[in-house]
Amino acid sequence: MTPRIAIQEAPFDLAAETARLTAGRRDVGGLASFVGLCRADDGLAAMVLEHYPGMTERAIARIAGEAAERWPLLGLTVIHRVGRLEPGAPIVLVLTASAHRTAALESCAFIIDWLKTGAPFWKREEFASGAERWVEAKPADDAATARWTPA
Amino acid sequence: MRVLYFAWVRQRVGVAEEEVSPPPEVRDVAGLIDWLAGRSPGHAEAFANRPAIRAAVNQDFAGPGHPVAAGDEIAFFPPVTGG
Repeated sequence: MTPRIAIQEAPFDLAAETARLTAGRRDVGGLASFVGLCRADDGLAAMVLEHYPGMTERAIARIAGEAAERWPLLGLTVIHRVGRLEPGAPIVLVLTASAHRTAALESCAFIIDWLKTGAPFWKREEFASGAERWVEAKPADDAATARWTPA
Repeated sequence: MRVLYFAWVRQRVGVAEEEVSPPPEVRDVAGLIDWLAGRSPGHAEAFANRPAIRAAVNQDFAGPGHPVAAGDEIAFFPPVTGG
């Protein structure tokens, strides 16, 4: 199982990515997907995402590898957009395929939780007023990641 | 060594990356931060709040005690906010 990992400015197509993961296969019994979208909180006009090229791909590949060790995955796609995104635009896609639903659903949640805290992306918010601010990391995201680590 | 800055750390320092040659007593990430902070007012502002700074050495997350050496690629940035 080789994960498909892409960092790109362009939008992604969930139907095309699903077809790509299942094409020609008869062993996939469950697909789970997570799509993160840009919300228009507090009059947000746009979100600008930057990342650390090179390290981003390494970090996501490591997270994908850990997911593949914990769950019997048959396919895995992670696409994260960068650049300027307006409210309503999709930001991130996590797509997991397995023989059964539990592995697909759990691994999908694991990967998006880890992406929030373990991959080098940063979001800057631009508001209609012209103001801008960097999004701050949330303790809730660390807690979501921590739940995947045995106590 | 090559030092990269991201997000508000980059904005405060004023450049995205720079090549630096710190003195031999700079041996770890914390020591490098102390040394970089003295390079300009922008560097000082970027590194004023040390607990808010995260680092990577050769593209892996690294804590303050992680060693640094000539030839390394070292990055400084705020806590990540992707996903």
